[in-house]
Amino acid sequence: MSKIIVVGATSAIAHETAKNFAKENAEFFLVGRNPEKLETVRNDLCVRGAKNAEVYVLDLNELNRHQEMFDAALKVLGGLDAIIISHGTLGDQAKSEASVDDTLREFSTNALSVISLLTIVANYMEKQRYGTIAVVSSVAGDRGRGSNYVYGSAKATVTAFLQGLRNRLAKSGVTVLTIKPGVIDTPMTAHLKKGLLTAQPSKVGLDIYNAMKRGKDVIYTPWFWRYIMLIIKNIPEPIFKKLSL
Amino acid sequence: MSLLNNFGHYQSWGRYPKETPKEAVPLYWRSELPDLAAFKESLLAYGYGRSYGDSCLNADGVLLDSSLLRRFIAFDRENGIIRCEAGVQLADVLEVIVPEGWFVPVSPGTKFVSVAGAVANDVHGKNHYSAGTFGCHVTQFELLRSDGQRFICSPTQNVELFRATIGGLGLTGLILWVEFKLKKIPSPFILAENIRFSSLDEYFEVAAESDKNFVYTVSWTDCITSGKEMGRGIYTRGNFYNPGVKATPPLKKGLKLLAPFDMPSFLLNPMSMYSFNLALYYKQVRKRSQKITHYNPFFYPLDSVVDWNRMYGLPGFLQYQFVVPDNDNHYAIKEIYRRITASGQGSFLAVLKNFGPIKSPGMLSFPSEGVTLALDFAFKGQKTLDLLNDLDSVVRDAGGRFYPAKDARMSPEDFQESYPNWQEFAKYVDPHFSSSFWRRVTEPLTQTEQHEKLHLVGSRNGTK
Repeated sequence: MSKIIVVGATSAIAHETAKNFAKENAEFFLVGRNPEKLETVRNDLCVRGAKNAEVYVLDLNELNRHQEMFDAALKVLGGLDAIIISHGTLGDQAKSEASVDDTLREFSTNALSVISLLTIVANYMEKQRYGTIAVVSSVAGDRGRGSNYVYGSAKATVTAFLQGLRNRLAKSGVTVLTIKPGVIDTPMTAHLKKGLLTAQPSKVGLDIYNAMKRGKDVIYTPWFWRYIMLIIKNIPEPIFKKLSL
Repeated sequence: MSLLNNFGHYQSWGRYPKETPKEAVPLYWRSELPDLAAFKESLLAYGYGRSYGDSCLNADGVLLDSSLLRRFIAFDRENGIIRCEAGVQLADVLEVIVPEGWFVPVSPGTKFVSVAGAVANDVHGKNHYSAGTFGCHVTQFELLRSDGQRFICSPTQNVELFRATIGGLGLTGLILWVEFKLKKIPSPFILAENIRFSSLDEYFEVAAESDKNFVYTVSWTDCITSGKEMGRGIYTRGNFYNPGVKATPPLKKGLKLLAPFDMPSFLLNPMSMYSFNLALYYKQVRKRSQKITHYNPFFYPLDSVVDWNRMYGLPGFLQYQFVVPDNDNHYAIKEIYRRITASGQGSFLAVLKNFGPIKSPGMLSFPSEGVTLALDFAFKGQKTLDLLNDLDSVVRDAGGRFYPAKDARMSPEDFQESYPNWQEFAKYVDPHFSSSFWRRVTEPLTQTEQHEKLHLVGSRNGTK
């Protein structure tokens, strides 16, 4: 996997994942909103062994620029082995509840923009009959919960979309990896209280890297979230609706 | 890193004194730093808390967690110069540079220190005689002051701030990134020799002969045994192994990699200190032996045991490291050993080493030509403090000084006398920055207040 697009490259998880590929001298096309942060990530990956890394500034909510970005990536990389999609916002549940605009914006960032990208990439990889699509969803998408369902439902959309995509692209040899992190210690969760289950992005990055190399379908990272969510998913609705999780 | 920093319990390595900051602020991006002047409390950067005492603590103040600034900025592979953010660990640097044939110019006994911490403490290593301190190899760094001003400091730019920040314990401001010169190495292996010496006099003989031909030298010594064999131990000396014209051989081909220095397994057995030191001394079966070892166990034997400091339990432990000029037939160091062996309070590990004459640019730099001894004592309350006060007087009389990075209790008088340019340094301390250490050694309590404070903390931990 030597030609990689990283969308949301300034996210802690994306950067940590990319570090592993940098060690193997991969080439990167880094996409994000903030040019200074992108440059910082670019320099780090190059020191760590990346053969080359170009940056591209884009707010993923500008859906009409996705094709342009993708074309630019192909031009720079001269091909495509993998794409890692890791952009997103945690949002503020209370704020979203009070505002339709806010809710729809969060949904656009976390679901619609991802779907738009996937549509473009899937067609390209289907044609070349190989490639890896790795997308960061979340355990929050496994079941809607009162405390964060605006975020959770967007991730649930992404998870289901990826599932269908996986089914379609299996015939073309393209791997679709759904990544479901639990609570990770990153700037996104900086305002939340850290608990015993909070994991480090470096561990998550390694898990994602290994899963991509092994062609996995769905990973929970850290691994124990698979079992936590199994329990959560199976709580009967009449009971679950009364809990405050 | 929340796990490394104990879920937000920002302690020091010795876990003594137990002080908490009012707030710890993670710094994620150099391009998005908080306004330092907006904080009401004093500030201090915190990396990975590898300082033993209170030089990395800021009780009731604010700690700026720079462990998130952990990215590389540039690496000149040809000339061996690397630039990285303040929170990059030496371990991270080694991971990147060793495969390219480079090594860090100076390294302390753990690689889990941040580069900014290495600068702020002006760390030294086994190669002090030939290479000086870390500060001697720093080409430049960027310092952010609380008024928002940024300074690029180097031996030729903002020179006073450069000299104040090296060894400046984080008090001059927030270091954002550090650039330093690396050392070219012929392989990642060390050709090492272990020599058993049976007394302090013999140590000094071996040391004198070794410093000329070996870059890396250090010794582990026994501070339990008194009498004729007082100060016996094992002297280790080595150089990077040069395989010559042939390509670096892999471990299997011909070169027998003998067991690495397995200090940790001994250290952490709850054996009595006497038998521990006995075993250590006689482990070195032949008087002199040679082996080729990978750099990791040679430089970082204790790093393989994560969180070894916890073995001392909740009361924590006190590290005690000083340097004394070596003259007068090694009187001072022998007197120190006499008093420790007489006290019955041993240290699991005592590290004895000679410092060379290379001067650091740092104003508060600790190493000076002479002999240094580093010890840890389980904190047993007043009797430990009494012993250390007793040893202080020997160090003081010999014109020596203590290492701030390890210190939790040196007196303000000793600090001010043994670091005579501390007032010159104080001019460069940022008005918004402070540390528990700095307040302790420059704003002294009365003797009684200080003893009370330390004694109270000791008994609260259940030690009597």
